[in-house]
Amino acid sequence: MKKTLFDKVWDSHVVKHVEDGPDVLFIDRHLVHEVTSPVAFLGIKNRGISVLYPERTFATADHNTPTINQHLPVEDPLSANQLKALEENAKAYGISHWGLGHQKNGIVHVVGPEYGITQPGATIVCGDSHTSTHGAFGAIAFGIGTSEVEMVLASQCIMQPKPKKMRINVTGDLNFGVTPKDVALYIISKLTTSGATGYFVEYAGDVFENMTMEGRMTVCNLSIEMGARGGMIAPDEKTFEYVKGREFTPTGAAWDKAMAYWETLHTDEGATFDKELTFDASDIEPMITYGTNPGMGIGISKNIPNAEQVEGGVSTYKKSLGYMSFNEGDGMIGKPIDFVFIGSCTNGRIEDFRAFTSIIKGRQKAPNVTAWLVPGSHKVEAAIKDEGLLDIIHEAGFVLREPGCSACLAMNDDKVPAGKLAVSTSNRNFEGRQGPGSRTLLASPLVAAAAAVTGKVTDPRELMENVVAG
Amino acid sequence: MAYDKFEILTSTAVPLPIENVDTDQIIPARFLKATERKGFGDNLFRDWRYNNDETPKADFVLNDATYSGKILVGGRNFGSGSSREHAAWAVYDYGFRCVISSFFADIFKGNCLNIGVLPVQVSAEFAEKVFAEIEKDPKTEIEVNLPEQKVTILATGESESFDINGYKKENMLNGFDDIDYLVNVKDQIVEFAKNTPL
Repeated sequence: MKKTLFDKVWDSHVVKHVEDGPDVLFIDRHLVHEVTSPVAFLGIKNRGISVLYPERTFATADHNTPTINQHLPVEDPLSANQLKALEENAKAYGISHWGLGHQKNGIVHVVGPEYGITQPGATIVCGDSHTSTHGAFGAIAFGIGTSEVEMVLASQCIMQPKPKKMRINVTGDLNFGVTPKDVALYIISKLTTSGATGYFVEYAGDVFENMTMEGRMTVCNLSIEMGARGGMIAPDEKTFEYVKGREFTPTGAAWDKAMAYWETLHTDEGATFDKELTFDASDIEPMITYGTNPGMGIGISKNIPNAEQVEGGVSTYKKSLGYMSFNEGDGMIGKPIDFVFIGSCTNGRIEDFRAFTSIIKGRQKAPNVTAWLVPGSHKVEAAIKDEGLLDIIHEAGFVLREPGCSACLAMNDDKVPAGKLAVSTSNRNFEGRQGPGSRTLLASPLVAAAAAVTGKVTDPRELMENVVAG
Repeated sequence: MAYDKFEILTSTAVPLPIENVDTDQIIPARFLKATERKGFGDNLFRDWRYNNDETPKADFVLNDATYSGKILVGGRNFGSGSSREHAAWAVYDYGFRCVISSFFADIFKGNCLNIGVLPVQVSAEFAEKVFAEIEKDPKTEIEVNLPEQKVTILATGESESFDINGYKKENMLNGFDDIDYLVNVKDQIVEFAKNTPL
């Protein structure tokens, strides 16, 4: 039988199928962080059961951590308590714990791939919707709730009905200045935030084949923003090269055996999907959002659509624009901004800082802008220094902070004040997401950099060298 | 965590006819710092419910005494965004046992089923009828019948059936959760794990 990539990985992890119910799905690797795990640990404790396979769970602190002065005690007592709970739970059950200050600490979806925890053909879950990131390696990876975190701790399984399958092809070559983030925001703008609900997505076509692993992670990361449980890309030489030699990657005979399996991980010719969509890469320009969900995005040179032009309810649309203090028909270019945030599991990897610094190099931060530059991990932070990017950052008047989720969800002190407008490389522009009353424009690191040095929404292509005709 | 059994719920309902209600609205991230599952209902829809100075926003439905009940009726694509189960906990803790919508986000729906909140997905037309009836009479009662998988507007007798898989239905009817099941099949899992290298 012809199988899709998703079928191959899913089917090989089904312990049993429950009649008129879900599959019992075996989870190879489980990532936990401080916010969605404490109640799960409390749950198994109250039931008097232990963690079945502690060596398959990895803990890192990220959501609730400060991004300055990490060497000092955490000031917020509630945050400190959550970090302590994670440390104690990890210790009690023999789970690897990369807490605040640990050299391997960072955002859970950044450190997983960095240390080879993320591998092709694996099932990976975490109590965080952006777990879809790991699909970039040809893994089935998705976010779960705390009850399911408890299930994985207790049994290394969760109970899930098998989702439907969708393939999204983007063919051709990307235009100058168009990044993986723009590709993802473009697709979400076409599908809306519910267009892929109930599906697991495979991304295919030239654009994804030509993309770096970092870029693939950005795309898969945003799968949840169109409602999909996850997204994945068939592993190839680039994937194997990335994975090889990392701390938790197999070696020797185990590597050869793993490779033999990984090389089978592609959709068979003739396998069918429940839905298939194809987009032309040349239609995509640098993107920016204008509303309060990630589906409300447009090409940066375009105007905000009128309510009649968009699908869905007019009153919800108008409420959204009202929150943003924008009007139908407004252009985005030239809107003055207050904050810039580069970071998060979406765009907090080294490639994102390379893109950001390529524009700020030789320029200065706009005086009206507060900028938060937050690496996704200590490894990213080290690479920024090693590659000389830190000098560019400092010369342009910016400061590099310490790793964490930071202003993406503003659980720590990195909150955008009410009414202020931020250009952010993160993943959600919901009302108040970056702080109560904050307003967010989602964009690529290039768009964020252009805004950071001009103080307003600016087409990054105007600041980039080697503009190719057309 | 076990929850109360769900069989037939007859209640007035609270209307929230807004689309794409995301879990950051249901419970903002800054209220996710607890290490125990309690008190989340106080912060349900926090930023829509309260002003910055903690006073209630008079025009938000939860602050309007006209509306009450154990059923929340939301607009399309309810519960999108973050996987935080805290959103479902907040809904439950506030006192809702059922959410009716014409479309649910996937993870939120699963989380609800895991903690004892019944997500009832109805057609867009039926959802409109429910909203219209509540607008006409805020004390109108809705019956959610899980054994028969049927939701009825009692005043008009209009009803619609809804889907739930047999396994989850049994769980909800009995107040069981998935861990009860998984612990019972542990031997099969351990056998499976032997052939699944780390």
